Order: sequence, then C-alpha cells, then structure tokens
Amino acid sequence: MRYLPKSFSERQAMLAAIGAKSIDELFASIPTEYRLKEPLNLPGPLSEAEIISWFRTRAGNNSVGYTSFLGAGVYDHLRSVVTDTILQRGEFLTSYTPYQAEISQGTLQSIFEFQTLVCQLTGQEVANASMWDGSTATTEAVLMAERLTRRHRVLVARTLHPEHRQVLGTYARNLGLKIEEFAYSDSGQIDEAALTAAVDDETAAVVVQSPNFFGVLERIPAIADIAHSKQALLIVAVAEAVSIGIVRPPVEADIVAMETQSFGMAPSYGGPYAGVIATREQFVRQMPGRLAGQTTDIEGHRGFVLTLATREQHIRREKATSNICTNQALCALAATVHLCLLGKEGLRELALQNLAKARFTAAELAKVPGVRLPFSGPYFNEFVIELPRSVRIANDSLLREKIIGPLPLGPWYPEQTKRGLVCVTETMPRAEIERLAAALGRALALPI
Amino acid sequence: MNDKIKKARRHVSQNEGLIFEKSAPGKRGIELPPLDVPAVDPSAAFGAEFVRDSVFGFPEVSEVEVLRHFTRLSTWNYAIDLGMYPLGSCTMKYNPRVNEFVARLDGIATEHPFQPQTVSHGCLEIMRTLQNCLLEITGMDACTLQPSAGAQGELTGLLLIRAYLESKGDARRKILIPDSAHGTNPATAVIAGYEVENIRSDSNGQIDVEALKQEVQDDVAALMLTNPSTLGVFEPRIGEIADILHQRGALLYMDGANMNALAGVSRPGDFGVDVMHLNLHKTFSTPHGGGGPGAGPVLVKRILEPFLPVPVLVEKNGQPVLEVHRHTSIGRLRAFGSNFGVLVRALAYILAYGPGIRQATEDAVLNSNYIRKRLKDVYDLPYESTSIHEVVFSDARQKKNGVNTMDIAKRLIDYGFHPYTTAFPLIVPGALMIEPTESESKEECDLFVDAMRAIAEEAATNPDLVKTAPHSTRVSRLDEVAAARKPILRWKP
Repeated sequence: MRYLPKSFSERQAMLAAIGAKSIDELFASIPTEYRLKEPLNLPGPLSEAEIISWFRTRAGNNSVGYTSFLGAGVYDHLRSVVTDTILQRGEFLTSYTPYQAEISQGTLQSIFEFQTLVCQLTGQEVANASMWDGSTATTEAVLMAERLTRRHRVLVARTLHPEHRQVLGTYARNLGLKIEEFAYSDSGQIDEAALTAAVDDETAAVVVQSPNFFGVLERIPAIADIAHSKQALLIVAVAEAVSIGIVRPPVEADIVAMETQSFGMAPSYGGPYAGVIATREQFVRQMPGRLAGQTTDIEGHRGFVLTLATREQHIRREKATSNICTNQALCALAATVHLCLLGKEGLRELALQNLAKARFTAAELAKVPGVRLPFSGPYFNEFVIELPRSVRIANDSLLREKIIGPLPLGPWYPEQTKRGLVCVTETMPRAEIERLAAALGRALALPI
Repeated sequence: MNDKIKKARRHVSQNEGLIFEKSAPGKRGIELPPLDVPAVDPSAAFGAEFVRDSVFGFPEVSEVEVLRHFTRLSTWNYAIDLGMYPLGSCTMKYNPRVNEFVARLDGIATEHPFQPQTVSHGCLEIMRTLQNCLLEITGMDACTLQPSAGAQGELTGLLLIRAYLESKGDARRKILIPDSAHGTNPATAVIAGYEVENIRSDSNGQIDVEALKQEVQDDVAALMLTNPSTLGVFEPRIGEIADILHQRGALLYMDGANMNALAGVSRPGDFGVDVMHLNLHKTFSTPHGGGGPGAGPVLVKRILEPFLPVPVLVEKNGQPVLEVHRHTSIGRLRAFGSNFGVLVRALAYILAYGPGIRQATEDAVLNSNYIRKRLKDVYDLPYESTSIHEVVFSDARQKKNGVNTMDIAKRLIDYGFHPYTTAFPLIVPGALMIEPTESESKEECDLFVDAMRAIAEEAATNPDLVKTAPHSTRVSRLDEVAAARKPILRWKP
C-alpha cells in the first residue's frame, strides 16, 4: 500500500527486534472477544486515479452549470491561485499546532499577521487565531460576555443569522443563560425602541449582526449606546467580511465575532471556514482560542509564541475559557494571504464592485411586475425581495432554467413567507443578472 | 552540533519581516476584472455615517512580494512532509495529496450549503458513504458528521447523553473523567453544564475498577474514557467498566483520539461504548494545517439516535436526504452543516485503503513497539503494561543530571525531528509521549531511536548541551514569560 513505507522483510526485522513472532502478539492486550476475525466491509482499496474518478462522478451530481444567487453567510468571491499555492506548501499544510515555537515560526508569524489584519478590519484592539466558524464565534462571544459581566440575560436580534441563533440556543440551554430575541422594524434594521425597552441591569450582552441577515446595515453607534446605558456589552457578528472594505467597522462593539470565509475560502458545502473573535485589550484574558504573541529569544531576535495559554483547555482544563483545541488555522492562513494580496486598494475596490452589482440587480428585479423590495434600510451585497406568490414555487421555475434563486425566508421568519434573500457578488456577470430578472418575470407570469 | 546527527544539517534560511513592514502606498497583489454595471458611490447608497475610509495600516504589496513572504515563512516550519512528528495521541500521519485534489474539484469546492438538495446529490452521497464507513469501523449504529473538531464532538456527545437521560427523567449532574484525560474532556463537560469528577488512575495507569464501582452513583451521567488510554494501554476490563455504568443507568463516552490503535482490529461498539467521537485530522489523515481545520464526527448507539443534531442525514427511498427538523434533536452545533471539505479528505483516505485499513493500524503498532523496545534501556518506562500505538517514557533518569523532558525535546530538534509530547499525560511526571504512526519507515524510526539514544548519552556526559538546546534553529528558547506578562498581539505602525 503506497502510504505504508515498509517492506515485508523490514516488518519481519522489526518484529524480531521486539521479540514478537507475529503482529497479532502486539494486540494481545485487547481481549479476544473484542478482536475482529474478519476484515471490515469497506469500499476500496482504490488507486489514486480511481479515487479521482469516484469523486468526479459525485461532483457531477451537484450544481455545476447552475448560476446561484445564494449568500446568507456563505459567499462566492474571487479566490487567487496564489493563495492556494501557499496553502498547498507542505510546510503549512502538514505542520502541527505551533507549540514548539522554534520550528513553527512560519505558522506563528502568519497567525500574528492574521490577528493584526482582523484588528485593522474591525477597529478592535486584539484578535485571536481563529474559531471554528462565525456561529461558534458568536456563541463564544456571548459566553465571554457572561464571564465578564457575571450576568445571565442575553438579548439577541432576530436579524442575527438564524443558524447562529440556533447554535447559541444549543449551547445556552445547559448553561443557565436566558436568551431573548428582539424585533426588527420596517427598515429591516433592529427595532431600537424594542431594544431600549428590553435592556436592563441583568443583561450581559446585546447581539446584532451587520450587515444583518436581510443584508441591511445596522446603526452600531446607536445600538452601542443602548447596550452601554445599562453596562451590557455589545457583540457584533459580521457574516460578510467584504462589507468592511467600505462600511464603517463596529468600533463601538465590545466583542466582534466575524466569519472570514469571504477572504479566500471556497463555499465547500458548508466548511471549513474560519471564525474569529476580536475585542478590547482589557478583555483579552477572557478570550477563548489561541493567541500568537511577539517576544524575543535568548539572542534578542524577534520571534513569536503562543501565549496566555492559561486561558486554554490544555492548561486550565475544567476552568478554561473554552474547550477549543484544534481551530481553523489553515483557513485563517487563506484569509491572511488573500487579504495581503487584496491590500488596501483591492479590498476597497472589491467592496465597491459588490455594492454596484447588488444595486444593479435590485434595480433590475424591481422592474419585474409584482416584485418589490420591502426594506428601506441601506444594504451591501444582499437584499430581500417580496413576490406576489410563494418564493419556493418561483424558485422551482428558476431551477428549470438553471438558476438557484432567492433563499426563501419563510422557514425562519413565518411572517415573511413570500420573501427571499438575493445575494450578488463581484463574480456575477451582468448577463446573468439580466437573465435572472427575465427568468423571474417568466416564473411570475406562469398560471398558479 | 554532534557528528552523530544523521538526519539534519544546518542550512541558510531567508530572513523575512512582517508583511506590514514591506508595505508601500499604491501596491497591490490582486487586480479585479472591470465592473460591467454602473459604479455606485457608497456615501450616496448608505449615507455618510455608514462609510469608512480605507483600512488604516493595511498591507500594500505586490503579488510577488506576497508569494515570497509566505514562501519564506513556510521554510521556517517543520512539517510531516519533512519527517516524523512523534507526538503522542496526535497521530501525525501522511496527508495524502489526492485528498487535496478531490476537495478542490468543481462540483465539490463550489457547492453552497443552502442550495436545494435536488442539486446536491453528490455531496449527500459523499456524506452517506463516509457515515457508513465510520459506522463500520466503529461498530456503532448512527452518526453525525457535524462537529468541527474533536472538542466539539465531545460536546455533542455529552449533549446527546444529557438529552437521553432527560428523556428518562433525570439528566444527572456529574461526568467522571480520568486524571490521564486530554484537557478538552473536562473543559467540554463544563460547557455541557455538568460537574467534573476527576478519578484517579490505578498503579498501572488504568481505571481502578473497584473504585469505579463506588464512584458511579445515581448522579453520574457518564464516564469519559480514552481507549487505549493516553499511555497507549488498552483497558483490559473495559467490558466490566461498561457494565458498571449501564447497571447504574449511566453511559460510556469514548474519546476516539487513539483510534489509530484500533481501526480494523477492534470496534468500540463491540466493547460497550455508547457514544464516541473520532478525530478526522488524526486517524483519518486530514491535514493539521498548523492547527486545523479538523472534524469530530460522533458515533452513537441506537438509543441516542433520536437526539442527533440537525440536520440528520437519513435514507428516503434509497436516497440520502437531510432531515432539517427533528423535535427530539439537541439542536445545531454549528452553522452550515459541517466541515465538508475535511469530510471529503477523510473519505478519500478510507477509499484508498478499503478493508486493508487494518494494515495501517498494524504498522502503527509495530513502529511504536519497536521504538519502545529500543529505548527502554535508556529512558525510564513508568508503566510495564503493554502499550499499543504509543508509548510514554519519563525523564526520571535524565533528571538526575538536571535534564528534563522539555530539554530533551528541544535537543531532539537539533537532530532534525519535531519533539514528542512533553509533560502530558499529567499522571506521568516529566513525560515523553511518543506516537510514530504507520507513516514512518524503519529508516525514520531508526534515525529517531539513534537521536534519542545520543541525547540520553549527552544528558549523562554533557548535560548543558541539552539544557541550552536547540542550537541549530533560527530562534532559540523564546521568552514565553515576557510574552505573557506584556502581551504584544498585533503589529502597530
């Protein structure tokens, strides 16, 4: 077997050195009744060519050839070949967590650069080395706020991604946290009056997302004032990180929980991506996750090490700030390389292109009879449209024309059953946008 | 440098500063295709209060500088592609390159988790095939591929236990955890809302079964066990342990980090495990990438199946389908389904081996026992019990000259290897925890043994050389105390 670098005679020589007659002897400590007598029933073995063929066949049964207008937390952005070239270097791909700093400086320095880039983007003072994804970053930010304030009530916007809210609910249920949702208004932004009425001295945190699940930008300074008026912390989740290229970052937030998938990670049917937590320096000892810090060695050379490890599970065990061990390091590296390639001007231009494409799409769709845009608030590259009939039925029609249409909101928002979320990034050609509008027109003209 | 060092020699490596230190205004590394729709002014679109200026301090470098920067950084790293990592319980095996290729295919890398299931049959079939393989390997009844890492798999498992016990009327209060356990076990138990009760290992480093009988009271929900243990030793009375728990209505959770000792040889489902996780980035070869991503699928016995996290992959008319709603489910552990790209890589690994996966396990165990045999005369072996795929020594002999496990590990770097796991498990003071995996040739194992023997000799005859190691790296003995006392966690202009 090509992954096993031993010949038959080498195995024999090693057994002899051990003093065992057969490999089975080495498993003698496993009681006989638990030792398998037959080989497992598994597909394979396949050669490299057969493995590729197997996966190509499955790849052919997915959505190749379709044009998708899906976003909702996972975005189809341009990725650079250079990023992938770096990710595929064996010294990054196949290296371990950098606990042994002397032979992991490549990883540690790139983490330090990632942490810096995230701070620059979010306007926060410190950032960690990554969380599993945006939804667990949001959840861990809430747990962090609970530790910092010693309060147990959390106010969560209904415009926070529904799956973030579900994940938070799964974790919170067993930790005595009271999660309460607050409403949104006709602009598509959160209802500030409702929030003001809800915040009290028991509130650990207010959690919002911007741009929110409807694609609308939230008024962060105003929301921060409401939260801080009762000494609650403001947590801002960022699902579409490209927005930060032209949208003012949430500097008033106490904790930012960002998903970095937009920077160089393929959608890949759900993951792996890389979440990250960024916050104020005063909160750093309550942050979960790894941190790379700068230091000097015995000769005074600059170097980097994992630091403040007493927060983490391998040191503090049941008193750790989190149970996270393996994070999303290689994905964070993808974001780091991608952001360095984009640079200051590229990031801005990328964000501007997204804005332009989305606004053009909204204008074209608004011309289709029966289609309206229900929310008045400012939006980046996603927006909600309302149809005169079920979004699902319109989508069936669009699918026949090889278009994956707006994401129906009904399953998560029972009051919005005729609405869907449309996302348009820099990758969408104008011709496809025009085709969507025409196809939607045809779909809505069909008899019910 | 010792002339006995065979595996490595000094080499000039490039210096490289931080990317922010090479910035100059106007440079960029990506050029976008031109906009084919009218441009929009963000102030006009949003209102000025929502707009930012450009990102202060952001890098401005060309494509070639970016490529060179990260290439230079990469040359400062050790990696599996360069040689062995003898890290205990990490299972640092070869990361097959075909796995990277298939994960990047159009139709796999490109798929959106919210796209209709009707255009996702390929993805669903990949998940179903992987699930079935993992069920076959572990001997369990049902599976979730959702957890993002081992620690999240542990949380999922404990939440399943809680849901099951709640359905029986009492979630109970405690999780029993051996003192030899990985730190994620107690950390996870707390996040699941349980109290941790640490139980002492016996004089063989194993579960004290007689003590366990007293410890399993009606307020105990489960025992979290790693089997083989972090000493590499299989619990000989595992059947009894499972019985004691089950008789009291408690469950047995197995941390599957050491599955590399068992795949194809023994199945946790057969020896009484109710729920377990696997680490795909360990046993199943997905790359560590400097710290992740991984995946921590959870396998359960039938009694826990109703509570699996949504979406649940089920079979409908012979087709794999995602069941998005299930009112008995513990809920969702993460957005967007799973680390699907990691699942693809793990399946590619399993398909390469097929039933022959047993051979990998056998070679891993052969390597570990070979190294144990060839080092036990120079390093103290605290437990005589048979170890399977990994072995734990201690620094007791070398400590007599003031040389400890950390020093030996640093000196091993000069010999061209990544260190073994130092100072874990906690039950062995001054531990040297070694797991070679099946990916190491006899040659690499011999080089490792020679290096460790040479260091043992140095510890006796020239201890200062070991205590001040490494001598051959770009940086040496970085000041971790200063890093923690005055943390510098980002670059500032």
